Amino acid sequence: MSEETAILDVRAVSLQFGGVRALSGVTFSVAKGELFAIIGPNGAGKTSMMNCISGRYTPTDGRVVFKGRDVTDLKPNQRADLGIGRTFQNLALFGHMSVLDNIMVGRHHLLKNGFLSGALYWGLAQREELSHRRAVEDIIDFLEITHIRKAMAGTLSYGLRKRVELARAIALKPDLILLDEPMAGMNLEEKEDMARFIIDLNEEWGISVIMIEHDMGVVMDISHRVAVLDFGQKIAEGLPDEIMSNPRVKTAYLGEDDAEEVA
Amino acid sequence: MATTSLRPCGDFRTTYQQDTVIFDTRNSRRAMILFLVVLYAMVLIPILSPGVEDAPVLGALFAPFTNAQYLSLAIQACYWGIAALGLNILVGFTGQISLGHAAFFGIGAFGSAYLNNTYGIPVVLSIPLAGVLAAVVGLLFGSPAARIKGLYLAIATLAAQFIIEDLFIRLDWFTGGSYGSLANSIELFGITFDTDPKFFLFALTITIVLFVAAANLMRTRDGRAFVAVRDHYLSAEVMGINLTKYRVLSFGISSFYAGIGGALYGHYLGFVSAEGFTILLSIQFLGIIIIGGLGSVMGAMLGTIFMVLLPEVMAGGVDIIASTEWGNTPMITNGLAFFKEMAIGAAIILFLIFEPDGLAHRWRLIKAYWKLYPFSY
Repeated sequence: MSEETAILDVRAVSLQFGGVRALSGVTFSVAKGELFAIIGPNGAGKTSMMNCISGRYTPTDGRVVFKGRDVTDLKPNQRADLGIGRTFQNLALFGHMSVLDNIMVGRHHLLKNGFLSGALYWGLAQREELSHRRAVEDIIDFLEITHIRKAMAGTLSYGLRKRVELARAIALKPDLILLDEPMAGMNLEEKEDMARFIIDLNEEWGISVIMIEHDMGVVMDISHRVAVLDFGQKIAEGLPDEIMSNPRVKTAYLGEDDAEEVA
Repeated sequence: MATTSLRPCGDFRTTYQQDTVIFDTRNSRRAMILFLVVLYAMVLIPILSPGVEDAPVLGALFAPFTNAQYLSLAIQACYWGIAALGLNILVGFTGQISLGHAAFFGIGAFGSAYLNNTYGIPVVLSIPLAGVLAAVVGLLFGSPAARIKGLYLAIATLAAQFIIEDLFIRLDWFTGGSYGSLANSIELFGITFDTDPKFFLFALTITIVLFVAAANLMRTRDGRAFVAVRDHYLSAEVMGINLTKYRVLSFGISSFYAGIGGALYGHYLGFVSAEGFTILLSIQFLGIIIIGGLGSVMGAMLGTIFMVLLPEVMAGGVDIIASTEWGNTPMITNGLAFFKEMAIGAAIILFLIFEPDGLAHRWRLIKAYWKLYPFSY
């Protein structure tokens, strides 16, 4: 893939914790506007990959290039400034803040007021806060969480928290959003909603998406391309259909059809 | 679940500005403003027209506002309240711990006296400058927070407390050493704030300004960043928040408040001595914000008022018991002397067990109860 169309380039990334090789030489690239899925068995290194992209971990080897810029050595907050947003596998909301404030935190790097102008809350700071509030309300509308706007994030149900977390990531105005199991632990209806939100933010908001997900139905339906990790190595990458029929992926993760069933 | 605020029926917000106010309802805002206006008036009138407190009926009305003891307690609530608010920004909002708050309080007190005595800077300017000085020292001693958390940070701040306390004795040129230093009265526009009522008005004004500033801070970018760092620092960092900056900045702001509080304390007493800023005071500040409510601007003031009044109420109770016939024995009167000290510890323990969210939370519950009465569901 050429440099211009790729928003993210992961080049031979390896990650080691002492003797454990979490990732070894993983290479892939995500095109602008693509909905890219990473699948694989538990412990395959999917979340480690996410952490390398978002900056939680620094790869032992290899480079991460975002929008043509090497971000391997940048801190997570600097990567957020550049336009990488993410959600977490285990909920990571700010529990004692209202939903609204949680999402407003996402605007952090877009706001300019500091502790002095903020403490005055006069003129510029106030106008800025209110105009960003408007942008945040658009996201709240989009994700259909208007009714819980003022509720404490810690009191919400699991499905709603996942949605608020997505809202917070969107509020960053990212060019690339990393979703770590956005549908884990949801019922069918919530999953359908979430799938629709992901498609919408990809197609209408034009945000590129990297998604880790275990629900193969969803992955195969909505993602443009899929990469498969197993024991820290990429064993396949391609269109959903290709992945489904890839024998190596079947052995490692998807599972073979039972001979009896076939017969 | 929809909303945590209990707004009266028909109170709709039509702009985001209306929805971002500090006070939840118009009435609570009005009540607070009215309370403050009345407070100002009641203290100001006897100053402007001396003798009014001797008038037959009005005198009784103004009596509490000219009472020296009440005023000194109110002033204490002001300077402690400011310092406690600072500690609450650090502990309650940013989730870091400090056992050295009294030291920064002391830097404010000595700093303001020093700037005024040595350079002749007017006290109204030396107070904010002392706040800045305390903030700089706070940033310095808070810098370990960039790397360490929790118990380890507590020990690092404990070191700050002892180091600074020791410096208060040793740095003669700055603090006057073991003799302490004199602090002049505040002068502004030719008025000298040398009496209790006048000083109270000055301290109250600064308290209001600083509390409003903190409330504003908490509804804007940096305030949210503090809370985000407290609630989940990993995701705060992914949200673009520079952890190191905000952890250290929180120490700076907290010490600034402590410095202002300390400066007011120094200029109120007129004399600053190193013995006033021990670890006990640091613990007391922690007690205040635990009782008042961690992470609440109003809680800092409620906790301070509680802590200021507690010894007085206890002393009153002790006096009553000691004046009874069975209570007036040496064993009981001696025991009662310690009772006052124990009450503070007991209050903290009881609050931790029964109301860990503090007085601020209790106040919200009481309000909710009466709003919903008699249908409390």
